[in-house]
Amino acid sequence: MNERIRKLREQSLNAVPTLSMERARLLTEFYQSGQADLVSVPVARALAFKHLMEHKDICVNEGELIVGERGPSPKATPTYPEICTHTLQDFEILDTREKVSFKVAEKDRDYQQSVIIPFWSGRSIRDRIFKAVDQAWIDAYEAGVFTEFQEQRAPGHTVLDNKIYHKGFLDFKKDIEVSLEKLDFYNDPDAYRKREQLTAMDIAADAIILYARRHAEKLRQSAGAEKDTSRKKELEEMAEICERVPANAPRNFHEALQSYWFVHLGVITELNTWDSFNPGRLDQHLLPFYRNDIETGEITEERARELLQSFWIKFNNQPAPPKVGVTAEESNTYTDFCLINLGGVNERGEDACNEMTYMLLDVIDEMRLLQPSSMVQISKKNPDRMIKRALNIIRTGYGQPSLFNTDAIVQEMIRQGKDIVDARNGGSSGCVETGAFGKESYILTGYFNLNKVLEITLHNGIDPRTGKEIGIKSGRPEDFGTFDNLYTAFEKQLKHFIDIKIKGNVIIERLWAEYLPAPYLSILIDDCIAKGKDYNDGGARYNTSYIQGVGLGSITDSLNALRYQVYDKKNFNMQEILDALDADFEGFDALREKLLEETPKYGNDDDYADETARRVFESYFGMIDGRPNTKGGHFRINLLPTTCHVYFGRVIGAMPDGRRAGVPLSEGISPVQGADRKGPTAVLKSASKIDHIRTGGTLLNQKFTPQVLADEDGIDKLAHLIRSYFTMDGHHIQFNVVSAETLREAQKHPEEYKDLIVRVAGYSDYFVDLGVDLQDEIIRRTEQSLN
Amino acid sequence: MIVESPDGHCSEADDMTDTKGLIFDIKKYAIHDGPGIRTTVFLKGCPLECWWCHNPEGRNESREIISIRKETPNGGVTKKDEEIGRLISITELMKEIEKDRVFYDQSGGGVTFSGGEPLVQIDFLAGTLEVSRKAGIATAVDTCGCAPRADFERIYDHVDIFLFDLKLMNDELHEKYTGVSNKLILENLEYLANTGNKIRLRIPMVPGITDTDENLLGILEFISPFNNIKHISLLPYNKLGEDKIRRFGLVDKLGRLTTQERDVLQGKARIFEEHGYIVKVGG
Repeated sequence: MNERIRKLREQSLNAVPTLSMERARLLTEFYQSGQADLVSVPVARALAFKHLMEHKDICVNEGELIVGERGPSPKATPTYPEICTHTLQDFEILDTREKVSFKVAEKDRDYQQSVIIPFWSGRSIRDRIFKAVDQAWIDAYEAGVFTEFQEQRAPGHTVLDNKIYHKGFLDFKKDIEVSLEKLDFYNDPDAYRKREQLTAMDIAADAIILYARRHAEKLRQSAGAEKDTSRKKELEEMAEICERVPANAPRNFHEALQSYWFVHLGVITELNTWDSFNPGRLDQHLLPFYRNDIETGEITEERARELLQSFWIKFNNQPAPPKVGVTAEESNTYTDFCLINLGGVNERGEDACNEMTYMLLDVIDEMRLLQPSSMVQISKKNPDRMIKRALNIIRTGYGQPSLFNTDAIVQEMIRQGKDIVDARNGGSSGCVETGAFGKESYILTGYFNLNKVLEITLHNGIDPRTGKEIGIKSGRPEDFGTFDNLYTAFEKQLKHFIDIKIKGNVIIERLWAEYLPAPYLSILIDDCIAKGKDYNDGGARYNTSYIQGVGLGSITDSLNALRYQVYDKKNFNMQEILDALDADFEGFDALREKLLEETPKYGNDDDYADETARRVFESYFGMIDGRPNTKGGHFRINLLPTTCHVYFGRVIGAMPDGRRAGVPLSEGISPVQGADRKGPTAVLKSASKIDHIRTGGTLLNQKFTPQVLADEDGIDKLAHLIRSYFTMDGHHIQFNVVSAETLREAQKHPEEYKDLIVRVAGYSDYFVDLGVDLQDEIIRRTEQSLN
Repeated sequence: MIVESPDGHCSEADDMTDTKGLIFDIKKYAIHDGPGIRTTVFLKGCPLECWWCHNPEGRNESREIISIRKETPNGGVTKKDEEIGRLISITELMKEIEKDRVFYDQSGGGVTFSGGEPLVQIDFLAGTLEVSRKAGIATAVDTCGCAPRADFERIYDHVDIFLFDLKLMNDELHEKYTGVSNKLILENLEYLANTGNKIRLRIPMVPGITDTDENLLGILEFISPFNNIKHISLLPYNKLGEDKIRRFGLVDKLGRLTTQERDVLQGKARIFEEHGYIVKVGG
């Protein structure tokens, strides 16, 4: 990287995340002005968005080529009081917590207390949610049976397709106008709602154009004051670009990148969307611009690289919005999950890997930033060269890119009833979630604690941590007599809690649709304009609500421990096991040893053990998949944890798999840490026994020591391993290539390992930013060392 | 090491009619024992007693109890008896081998029989090789070469690759360090090399013993008439053997050696590369 990029990268790495009150202040000023009371909710939201884009600070960092920050400076992170109104105690926690902190200025605390809290208390969506759900939901939520994604962040889980590369917002305004003209007030009872929604979109389109032009103005001013003639020229060119995009479609590589960036900033300013919006199939979108610019001589390869690197830094400057409470527990990271997709197939199903794929992999390799995240889609049609290039980055110990199975992703979407072209143009985002880019709202609604449900089953409906009866009376465990009876009781409890979760989701979906529509995001996602419907209200072509199962390995091993030791081998009776669990195994060493060492475990390609994984999968799938949501779509499942397996583990006592109280659960569909003893092929075989095609994503973590990937032969064989897993329809796999020894050193001397990035679960993070329990858990994950 | 599957499913009564063999480990994702991703089966029993042996638990032809030393974190030592050796039928073993078929297919891998010396249990080996090949699984045999010629002839057609471990050319030294003469070994090498192109030579690089220029030049001279020998692997010395000797409480004849630097091994590789051999450092 050149000097310019090196400096910008340094600036980004050194910037301290701070809380910025700018957005909260502007938004509150707007709502306090009374303008919002005079118009419909969507129009008020659009006017608020416009107010933000019209008045927020314009930041141009020294030397940069792509401009625009969400806050007044890099890593100055806004709050979203209309979603979650932070208390002063929240501010204190954010400011002082050891990990993932945000510095809060004293004057901002005063402002929060005197202006923000009085205005938004009771009105924020978080307050509305906790008021609207019932007690059963609250009890289960507090017990840690599930989490709720939309209580602090917006249901924004979506990714952009290629529409902004051939259309500008002036074109979108025309599309909006066409939809408005088509409204049939004589025959369509929704015509008024649609009109308000479309009017709101039109205002939002103006807002983003205005925002870009404010940058043009600022750049012209900077150019006027600039002494360095080459920078002066650059600033003038950038001003022209910002004048042109995103109002108009981009004409070249530089315009394409700048246009996307404005689009992105709009989305993450309007609301704090979960699993932040991202450009998706970037190597596909940029290729035509790149080829054309190279052909006409407008750009050199070197310049293209520099622009991409400059673009990368912009992502890293935007930490995930501050999270508190359970939401911080389930996703405790600065990463905002912008997962750039490379490779895969094009809409005709052909190999889509191209020169831009490799250039972007070079950029990922060189930049080594936390954000954006990156992944490579691997179809059977993609060349080995692409996998090996990715593995060459992975082997350096940087947890990126992760690897996905395009052929599985396409099948998953076809099963959900999506069009094949939409499926091929899609991919995965967030951690591992499957989606039709540019056309789908696919919301993660919360993690689901399968193991907690078993714990409650083993206590006949009572949560042993609190003594509260939150489940149903499913029978005394001593009386089950057979494993099937035990399993039936578990299924009853499972159904009970899934029903509670879904009831809550249906309420929460409506609250978002009613109170916080997203007119700006709606412009970008098909078919919101055509339908005249908001993204949060079912405007997208596809609307999916996911409930993410956590701890498949742990639940499998616990159920199997009971099945094998109590019912098959009769080594112990249920009461003995329950006593041992109550005592957290204190005084039950021999029993625990048997549970740990002499019980079939998931992850060893043992059909006895893996059959239970499949059974749990089928129960979970059957109770959720296909139930209707409120947006014309369906509930679906996926299996991933982010950092939730740590939180969920903390709320569960000792379990029959030998796990002690409070210890993290297994993550994704990976085996329990250390339970897989037969090497990576056995893990992949076990993981393939559940039907990935009927999910919207699964997450599998593997850890290798660096020696395994030391030479080309090691890379070749790992590539074969991945192909084999994908042949068996595996959805995703990711690798940590770092020795346990290195990680232990990093724990002891964090100051020396500030840049050590490791794979956590569907994303990478700075090792030293992780909590100690998660650090320990990563060290414990089986290190697949081969001699 | 895997002695018993954790599900406890294997039992000696499973299939009495089937030929049985004694194994002491099955290793999956073996990536240094032939092409592609392989499953390596370790058979018990070996006619050699190499000083540097990495698998001393594989020498004895019968089941044995080995008392394994474990060092505890507070500096103490515990001992745990472990039974080494598991009797397994061909049918049962094939089930284990078949499990990783998808990986063999993708990578051009297969099954490798190692040990010990796999030819010691010739009936079991020949049977398993034949069944594997019938099932469309490629086979490799990792041998020290010390077995009757007839046994090599018997399995030849069912083996895709012989990984032939050659240690020392000087017969006196061979006898000293392995306990047997190399005469039969060299004859078998000659037989295999003259019969077809299935052979891949492997030379363990034991510092100061097998890695001397004199020994390597001797090997070069011996193999040069055989056009079928094209691939040579130099296996870097590692401390696994030392570690096992300590854990199993065996007599250590070798003492502690220092492992070679990468560039020293590359230099040794050049001895063969200069004569057109394809040399790999590592398995």
